Amino acid sequence: MLAFVIRRLLQSVLVMLAVAFIAFSLFNFVGDPVSLMLPPEATQQDREEVRKTLGLDQPFYVQFKVFITNALQGNFGISLRLGRPVSALLAERLPATLELAFAAALIGLFIGIPMGVYTALKRESWISRALLTTSLIGVSLPNFLIGIFLILIFAVWLGWLPSFGRGDVTQIGFWTTGLLTVTGIKALVLPSITLSFYPVTLIMRLVRSEMLEVLRTDYIKFARARGLTNRSVHFGHALKNTLVPVITITGLQLGGVIAFAIVTETVFQWPGMGLLFIQAVQFADIPVMAAYLCLIGFIFVVINLIVDMLYFVVDPRLRVERPGGGGH
Amino acid sequence: MKFPVKLSALLVSSALAFTLAAGSASAKTLRWASQGDVLTMDPHSQNEGLNNTMSDHVYEPLLTRGKKLQLEPALALSWKAESPTVMRFKLRDKVTFHNGAPFTADDVVFSIQRALEKTSDFSAFMQGIEGAKKVDNLTVDIITKGPNPTLLDQLTEVRMMNKAWAEKHNAQRPQDFKNKEETFTARNANGTGPFVLKTREPDVKTVLVKNSNWWSKIEGDIDEVVYTPVKSDATRVAALLSGELDLVLDPPVQDLDRMKRDGNLKVLEGNENRTIFLNFDQGRNELLYANVKGKNPFKELKVRQAMAHAIDVTAIHKQIMRGLALPTGSMIAPQVRGYSKEFDNRWPLDVAKAKKLMAEAGYPQGFEVTLDCPNNRYINDEKICQALASMLAKIDIKIKLNAMPRSLYFPKIQTGDTSMYLLGWGVPTFDALYTLQSILRTKGQGGDGNWNFSGYSNAKLDAIVDKLKTEPDFTKRAALAKEALSLNLADVGHIPLHHQVIPWAMRKNVTAVHRADNRMHAKWVTLK
Repeated sequence: MLAFVIRRLLQSVLVMLAVAFIAFSLFNFVGDPVSLMLPPEATQQDREEVRKTLGLDQPFYVQFKVFITNALQGNFGISLRLGRPVSALLAERLPATLELAFAAALIGLFIGIPMGVYTALKRESWISRALLTTSLIGVSLPNFLIGIFLILIFAVWLGWLPSFGRGDVTQIGFWTTGLLTVTGIKALVLPSITLSFYPVTLIMRLVRSEMLEVLRTDYIKFARARGLTNRSVHFGHALKNTLVPVITITGLQLGGVIAFAIVTETVFQWPGMGLLFIQAVQFADIPVMAAYLCLIGFIFVVINLIVDMLYFVVDPRLRVERPGGGGH
Repeated sequence: MKFPVKLSALLVSSALAFTLAAGSASAKTLRWASQGDVLTMDPHSQNEGLNNTMSDHVYEPLLTRGKKLQLEPALALSWKAESPTVMRFKLRDKVTFHNGAPFTADDVVFSIQRALEKTSDFSAFMQGIEGAKKVDNLTVDIITKGPNPTLLDQLTEVRMMNKAWAEKHNAQRPQDFKNKEETFTARNANGTGPFVLKTREPDVKTVLVKNSNWWSKIEGDIDEVVYTPVKSDATRVAALLSGELDLVLDPPVQDLDRMKRDGNLKVLEGNENRTIFLNFDQGRNELLYANVKGKNPFKELKVRQAMAHAIDVTAIHKQIMRGLALPTGSMIAPQVRGYSKEFDNRWPLDVAKAKKLMAEAGYPQGFEVTLDCPNNRYINDEKICQALASMLAKIDIKIKLNAMPRSLYFPKIQTGDTSMYLLGWGVPTFDALYTLQSILRTKGQGGDGNWNFSGYSNAKLDAIVDKLKTEPDFTKRAALAKEALSLNLADVGHIPLHHQVIPWAMRKNVTAVHRADNRMHAKWVTLK
């Protein structure tokens, strides 16, 4: 077990380094922040000076080394656009993104699972067919389009919900939450629905196919033969056994939802990390971009690590020491 | 019986919330938005349109501009030249900062010094200013390096801070990237202006409230101003349609027709003093990005004339700008001192003549060249460049379009790494010298030719620009500017396309004053 964990941890560190490296090399192509920071009248000498104080005159590998050393101490430097420490900026934005992502994941679970069960049990009903067809739209329509449709319907035509922002937030320690105010909850509805479209579809289809598989197995037949009610067969036996992959996928999806919140956050002006990142890109705000990409990489790595370890616990085959060399 | 502490606290706070809500029902709030956020509240740190708009609400300069952009006294009551290099200002009495401190000559000396710092972004407005000297508590001398005819114009962008307050918070200098900390003044403000900064959440919202102690009277009826950046065009328009916003500073051009038809909205259009024009490398002996080797076609007057005759600005005006631009042949906008109406007569569109000129210049087969173009700086910038490419293709100049975001575009052209590029130039001083010196003059010291990346050079024009720097008489200035601009036109040194027109969209019940510098001021806004 210990060897497995250590091996996984080492791999994670390598992945993180690779993410940091790729992120960092990309920055050579986003433009020169110095020209945006200085007035147009600045001389070449002024530019060089600022470049020097920011460490941009150093060769790539030196900049990268400095970045890694500082990052390990939680110091991502200062945002060139806002002039504030990046770690503070990210900490401010993290609650907004996490609340949005978790809301979307919960919607995904609570709508996706029942829909999946229904479409598996009533395969031939027209509702199932309709759900499956619309779910195709869910995966194929881009997020921003869904968001704009929802804004048009619920904010412009019906006037029920706000079209942008996070409403009033309450500060609890370092965390800001919109869940304690009416405006905050209202503001959360449209973005979280937009962001949940994909997870809902995915979970529904996953549950459906797993259910169909399980319903064909012998123990379901025996359960029916024992005269158990449909309800207990479907939910007590069948659904329970489909949930392991569903939870895994949901967990992995959470990382994706956090990362892809960028689009939703931009459409709804949701003050989360994704919006911060988009604005950083336009300004060539390298410290913010680097920190954001590393953080997202980190979230993915942690989630994967947890999932891997859960597999180790759940699947006894992984625990058997294989003779070296083989494997897949 | 005692209430549990938490419960009573909750009751008190909800009662408070209720009274606050009741209070704001009668208070008038202006909710406005544009694409990006104000970068900082520091008045000397970012010389950028939106930032200066926000600063204008909270901080004030010695002189300001009125509704028609005319100069008006603000914190200075009067001024008089003591000598060619000393201008004496009498300050307004009994003005207080938002924290209650009185406004004095010390604050002026401090603010001028602060704007002169290396980390200040206002060097353009400090050009020729050496510093300030206190005479008495309400009198200040501003010292210039030589006679400076645009001093008063420049001072409208130099805002006054409280010396003691800035020193207390260790903000004697604008944002400094050396000390890796946030400068206090980036999120806090203490000015003398008609509005007081209440809360500032970067990228989320900025709230200002009316300053009831302001020395002058606020004409409008706004008690509170809430600014929210809304990045997505569609969302910004939707929020205006749904009534969550009262005013949008930058509505997308393609939605304007629809907004004008909407019964709840109106669109206010006004000219901006920004001119869009085409530049081409006339300095090098061989172009960096062209298929012509050993010579530079743009050095030929006939090639430049041919391009001028081939570009159809009315098509750009109609198809791309949808009528929202003023097609022009002038390098400066009508609001700028030195403008003359005859400059708006462009080279007539004449492709046959253009082709003939190309043949005469020795390029009957045309040539190929790369046009660098920003895609997020000016209104429809990339589309304009696409149109230029197809127009120039008619005279066999094949354009390879290289469109890119501003963060890549400006560093590229600023190093002269270009053969042809599109630029838009606004004139914050409202004096032609600003354009003549930066764009048309040959590269030299300081501001001379600092945005001339085309290598354009005309010795006669340079001499006029140098005269303009010190000429105090405004009639003579206008004549000199006209002469210089005519020289550039005869050279076809640049090809102007249009002056930008800026539309603001708002709810029907909003009345606002549209100014050519695209600055919205809540003190002139009323809500019915």
